[in-house]
Amino acid sequence: MSTDAILGFAVAGTFVLYALFGGADFGGGVWDLLASGPRKAEQRALIARAIGPVWEVNHIWLIVGLVLLFAGFPRAFAVLSVALHVPLTLLMLGIVFRGAAFTFRAYDTRGDAVQRKWGLVFSGASVIAPVLLGMCVGAVVSGTIRVEGRVVVSGFFASWLAPFSWAVGALALSLFAFLAAAYLTHEAPEPTLREDFRRRAMGAGVAVFLAALAVLLLAREGAPRVWEGLLGSPFAVALHAGTAVAAVASFALLWTRRFQWVRVAAAVQAGLIVLGWAASQYPYLVVPDVTLQGAAASPGVQRWLLVALGVGTAVVVPSLVLLFRVFRPAPLPGAGSKV
Amino acid sequence: MLMTDLLYARAQMGLSLAFHIVFAAAGVALPVLMVLSDWKGRRTGDADYQKLSQKLAKGTAILFAVGAVSGTVLSFELGLLWPEFMGQYGEVIGLPFSLEGVAFFTEAIFLGIYLYGRERVSPGMHMFSGVMVAVSGAASAFFVTLVNTFMNHPSGFTPSASGPVDVQPLVAMFSPGWQYQTAHVLLSCYQASAFAMAGIHAFVLLRHPGAAFHRKALSVALPLACVTALLQPVVGDLSAKHVAKAQPVKLAAMEGQFETERGAPLRLGGLPNVETGEVPYAVDIPKGLSILAFADPDAEVKGLNAFPRDEWPPVAKVHVAFQVMVGTGSAMALLALVTLGWRWRKKAWPHGRKMMWAWLLSGPLGVVAMEAGWLVTEWGRQPWIVRGVMRTAEAVTPVPHLAAPFWTFTAVYLFLGVTVVTLLVRQVAGTLPTRDGGLMGGEAHVD
Repeated sequence: MSTDAILGFAVAGTFVLYALFGGADFGGGVWDLLASGPRKAEQRALIARAIGPVWEVNHIWLIVGLVLLFAGFPRAFAVLSVALHVPLTLLMLGIVFRGAAFTFRAYDTRGDAVQRKWGLVFSGASVIAPVLLGMCVGAVVSGTIRVEGRVVVSGFFASWLAPFSWAVGALALSLFAFLAAAYLTHEAPEPTLREDFRRRAMGAGVAVFLAALAVLLLAREGAPRVWEGLLGSPFAVALHAGTAVAAVASFALLWTRRFQWVRVAAAVQAGLIVLGWAASQYPYLVVPDVTLQGAAASPGVQRWLLVALGVGTAVVVPSLVLLFRVFRPAPLPGAGSKV
Repeated sequence: MLMTDLLYARAQMGLSLAFHIVFAAAGVALPVLMVLSDWKGRRTGDADYQKLSQKLAKGTAILFAVGAVSGTVLSFELGLLWPEFMGQYGEVIGLPFSLEGVAFFTEAIFLGIYLYGRERVSPGMHMFSGVMVAVSGAASAFFVTLVNTFMNHPSGFTPSASGPVDVQPLVAMFSPGWQYQTAHVLLSCYQASAFAMAGIHAFVLLRHPGAAFHRKALSVALPLACVTALLQPVVGDLSAKHVAKAQPVKLAAMEGQFETERGAPLRLGGLPNVETGEVPYAVDIPKGLSILAFADPDAEVKGLNAFPRDEWPPVAKVHVAFQVMVGTGSAMALLALVTLGWRWRKKAWPHGRKMMWAWLLSGPLGVVAMEAGWLVTEWGRQPWIVRGVMRTAEAVTPVPHLAAPFWTFTAVYLFLGVTVVTLLVRQVAGTLPTRDGGLMGGEAHVD
């Protein structure tokens, strides 16, 4: 495997991790917005408790992905920053408001009305950001971002506002909501709350299916490469088959209430979807004008980046394991004790 | 003045950095103060230090969160505003950025454990997490400053028409002057935070002179404030000596030196006029600049006129920002000397009204000096984004209407800044003597 392929794989890997952790985090915000029924307050409290210690960590995967991209594939980063300037700027606003409002809600204890306002900012931004993220991904795979020499010639709007990109945005949103609900069934400290999120997980699972179907149908027109790539290689077929198996398994496990396995199946399903995206556009970073190899940094740089990646893994992974062990969900009496 | 898209891009980048720097500095320094008071609390069994540590942890949580999101914005903005810079030099500076990412990751992980895990981990593990937050905060500031050093004095590559070739990432990572710039920046983080904290507690002590909690808080902030305030002029001097050799045009702008001369004077204050080549209103100290920059009263100092006019930085801005930094730095060093003298004679930290007023008024100076110093290095590098090889104008994005994101982010940062200040004020208000005790119940666990 060449170093640019390894680095490309590392970028894809960080996006998988960002989807599994950061995505679920966004999903938590979605369910905060949609909290309803007699246990509305308990639902929100559970979400806040699950996200609280880890949200900053969960979003660092995005930064890691960005840094690997601009250090390993600087030309691709430059192209994407120009072509997707508008949605990325909006995404940044979403990320700023989401993180700030979540923290302010926890520390601004002037009463319910103020907390509700911060909560609304937090959850509203949690809905908008994944859609924008998905739209950017849609634009990248669609093949509508065109580059001549070093200049982006396809404008600043058309690629990410196409129907296909909207469908990918909807897929990202429903996938993140599904992940969050699936994780929360495991985190919930009591059965009724667990049932709330079981129902939500199943609903979101259906939404994922519908959005994926829409993406598929629109791909024929909107992203021909993805359409052809779907059945293009044995590897792609295996990936999609794996995704399907994981999706069916998530549903079956939800149905039979095997919650500790639900989150595993849901994570596998989401991870395979993101990998499926990466595989469908390989060897392109921006379809169809920027390839992995064409955008790659010089080999010397790539070797040092791999060293940095090794150092990072050695430092971060044990720390992360510690973090998640410390905050392993434990059945607690009374979920509503938190602010 | 007509604002071009280039100016809007620079303004947005400048605004984002100016905003982020304050929070980043707090993220570097507050964990140290938090761990120090935690440690003092454990050693003495004094509940006030424990309470102080928890208050500082809350402050850190709020400031770190805003620092984290504004830092995320910056990592996007590098590309959104300067795609050519990242497209060509991203690979050259990728290594320090990657390592900064690792450090930031570690900081966030252990901050999560420290803030939320007080009751879930052993006291030793808790303290270890606090130390890890402080260490990785310092490491991330170190690595990101290396990137700035590279922009000021690029090395480790050969420029060519199509961009850098023969890239040596390690050489680029430790570009000349890195040791001075990183030391200068790290000290400024600790100094700015310690002065701000001292100012806050001095303010409370002026109104409630007997508040034991705030005296103890002051005794945690003052040592760090005094030591950094005295070290900083030494490091700053080393840094300026390096600039004098390595970036003479920046030094000339900092000092308002238009003509090349031997035995150049040090100009205090004044407003350089690039049309006349004079610095009216300045107080000259004969041969001062030659002595300070080259340790020789007759050393030759290069003037701006020795360089092509289109490579001049904005002279007046650089000079004024430099004067502000040196002026506030000197005032802080003086106050540190007086305070340490008092401490040495009386065997206790000062708490009289005059000294409290002095510390209150000096509270913002650390932040002012830090921002001014950052402006010196950024304005002083113009018109280059990577000195000598890429102009800022070549790096800017082709996307039009950059006024829109600039004004949007201005409004957002204004709003965030006001909210953070309000929240912090309320944290401090919760410790005022009249309301003491009643508000602290159940706060051992931050949530």
